[in-house]
Amino acid sequence: MRTTWTGARAVRMEGKVASGPRGVVGSRRRASSFGRPLWKSRSRVVASAQAEGGKAGPSGKVVGVASVSKSKSSSPSPKGSGSNPDKVVNDPSFKVDKEAARAIYVDMLRGRNFEDMCAQMYYRGKMFGFVHLYNGQEAVSTGVIGAMRSDDYVCSTYRDHVHAVSKGVPMGKVMAELFGKKDGICRGQGGSMHMFSAEHNFLGGFAFIGEGIPVGAGAAFQARYKRDVLGDESADQVCASFFGDGTCNNGAFYETLNMASLYKLPCLFVVENNKWAIGMAHDRATAPSMGDKEPYIYKKGPAFGMPGVLVDGMDVLAVRKVAEEAIARARRGDGPTLIECETYRYRGHSLADPDELRKPEEKEFYAKRDPIPKFREYLIKEGLATEKEVKALEKQVDDEVEEAVEFADASPRPGKEQLLENVFADPSGFGIAADGGSQSPNFP
Amino acid sequence: MNALRRAFVTRVAKWPAVTVVERGYASQTEMTVRDALNSALAEEMRKDDKVFVMGEEVGEYQGAYKITRGLLQEFGAERVYDTPITEAGFTGLAVGAGFSGLKPVVEFMTFNFAMQAIDQIINSAAKTLYMSAGTISCPIVFRGPNGAAAGVGAQHSQCFGAWYSSCPGLKVLAPYDCEDARGLLKAAIRDPDPVIFLENELLYGNSYPVDDKILDVDFTLPIGKAKVMREGTDVTLVAFSKMVGYSLEATEVLAEKGISAEVINLRTLRPLDRETIMKSIVKTSRIVSVEEGWPQSGIGSEITAVANEEAFDHLDAPVERVTGADIPTPYAANLEKSAFPTVDDIVTAAERACYRSK
Repeated sequence: MRTTWTGARAVRMEGKVASGPRGVVGSRRRASSFGRPLWKSRSRVVASAQAEGGKAGPSGKVVGVASVSKSKSSSPSPKGSGSNPDKVVNDPSFKVDKEAARAIYVDMLRGRNFEDMCAQMYYRGKMFGFVHLYNGQEAVSTGVIGAMRSDDYVCSTYRDHVHAVSKGVPMGKVMAELFGKKDGICRGQGGSMHMFSAEHNFLGGFAFIGEGIPVGAGAAFQARYKRDVLGDESADQVCASFFGDGTCNNGAFYETLNMASLYKLPCLFVVENNKWAIGMAHDRATAPSMGDKEPYIYKKGPAFGMPGVLVDGMDVLAVRKVAEEAIARARRGDGPTLIECETYRYRGHSLADPDELRKPEEKEFYAKRDPIPKFREYLIKEGLATEKEVKALEKQVDDEVEEAVEFADASPRPGKEQLLENVFADPSGFGIAADGGSQSPNFP
Repeated sequence: MNALRRAFVTRVAKWPAVTVVERGYASQTEMTVRDALNSALAEEMRKDDKVFVMGEEVGEYQGAYKITRGLLQEFGAERVYDTPITEAGFTGLAVGAGFSGLKPVVEFMTFNFAMQAIDQIINSAAKTLYMSAGTISCPIVFRGPNGAAAGVGAQHSQCFGAWYSSCPGLKVLAPYDCEDARGLLKAAIRDPDPVIFLENELLYGNSYPVDDKILDVDFTLPIGKAKVMREGTDVTLVAFSKMVGYSLEATEVLAEKGISAEVINLRTLRPLDRETIMKSIVKTSRIVSVEEGWPQSGIGSEITAVANEEAFDHLDAPVERVTGADIPTPYAANLEKSAFPTVDDIVTAAERACYRSK
């Protein structure tokens, strides 16, 4: 074979050695540490600004609110260290009924136990590849998704199992997906980082940093388009996009915040600030706003014309309250909200992460703020459930997780005929025959 | 031979001045590619309310290359979205809208800028149907000018045909004339999958014949099918986009030299119409691929593979590739001219395939 190149001769470029895939964690050491660890220095602020729309500001739950309409100084008054953790489970101004409270507890526990089981199964070799667990962050998923309707949209990241479960995807189908089985929610074609369920309006499952943020805004755009252009009055769905603190330094975050605000899209941007992007501490990766000593993501909301809210992400009712307000705002057409949930992951970035950079004191500090036992205590203290009833709920969750594993185990592996299916929605499949094989006569 | 070259110069000189688009094309015998694309877009938007256009300068400015002219006036700002200069953001947003039931047409001012949204195109749009086991599809069209432009240097002048054509989950179309532009764009918008629609800036102002069939509002072309533009017996020239025109010109020169060349307009780069290529090789036993893109892992490389796999026993000569030079596009006019295929290059390669030259 000869090649005709016109004029110039071929130029050989020195190729750079490709770096490893994102998410591979070695035993990198933290090179330097600027300032105090975030968990120590993070100021705790009781809201001093009003939420947009003139609603009463201070609720014990909302730790800080950056408001669009208020320019008056709402700068946080640092109260110092983590010695002032928010213990505001019992917010007198916000309550949920018995049924909702139990559902919240069950949902958080389902998330926790499911992920613990995933770890077990991973170490037993039942699943493979990258598996990112959600332990510690359950109050965020439960608090936000629990406040949404079943036809609302959720857009997630690589840490997506619990969001899927919260959104109603059956646990067995998520587990089967992790096992790479045919009855998985994506028939084994997605995997841990790519859970999708059209039925549950669960849009995935996007493994690249920032990838799902505009996609979620697109789902919100679609709802508005259906109402405004197609005349579908019932189209008032909102979309919540979840992502981490590390993502908030990525361009897609800023690009989407701008467009969402510009087009007044009904969406929630939910930052799960667990303070660590793999091994990169939040304060090492993110520049603080002017006048601040530490970075606050929620303050970026007003820069784009939307409220930014800082909430204790280890307090499920606090998250729930903020989510309800943001959802109502989005549904009535007032546009998006940026919610920064302060939370913590109890495990490494992924199960392959040796997790050597986070200090034991830091882990202990957040372990004490575990949202699940805290809410359990609250249930009983508030008379929302008796000890006996709580135990029954716990048994029910344990059983569900066990059944999920049994379901996943029993499911067959995907058949080979699946290999070439689903590349195109077009039934003719171009180049791929109905039986999944090639249409080329020479490649049956 | 130089008709196209002359036209090329005229076009460059004329741009960005544009002629007024006439609405209603009935009984026209000729139209520009720009109007063909514009009319196809407008018709599909009239046909289906779920179709909307999004991109930089598509609304009030009427399109950087005027492909979207008149759409804002006819369909309003709810269906013709001017976006900020944020490819990742608006592409991702459109992909999300596609996942949840709409049919976005995303205009990239040029495909060079689509590089900023490559994550959204490949990872989000192309792969989600598979990852979701066939449950979440993305009926979206990414369109805009692709390939070598004139005098704009390395970053704004490049063919992405091979890049996208290597990616499963995408359909990649590259129209040449008005028949292609209308038929393929309408097919792309109606298609349930993500389609990369590679136009060519230098063809926008070219006029090509049209007839009532092509102007019909329901005219579409099948995706995945190439067109034999000219029958021949001695050698096959296979090309797409602007290079189809060059190849057709080359056939005239070759005819004077007693060589009968067949020209295949690929139209679709993915899925590639292997059958049409194979049949032509069986007939001519010689094949030359022509593209503006880079040689390594190019469309020509794929054509070569097809020739090997499907018609090796019928080949009487090695496959010839005519490609752009393996360099970033230079600015200086003389260098730029040398960096992309010319009609002469195609003639030379065809003659070599026929053992008529060195």
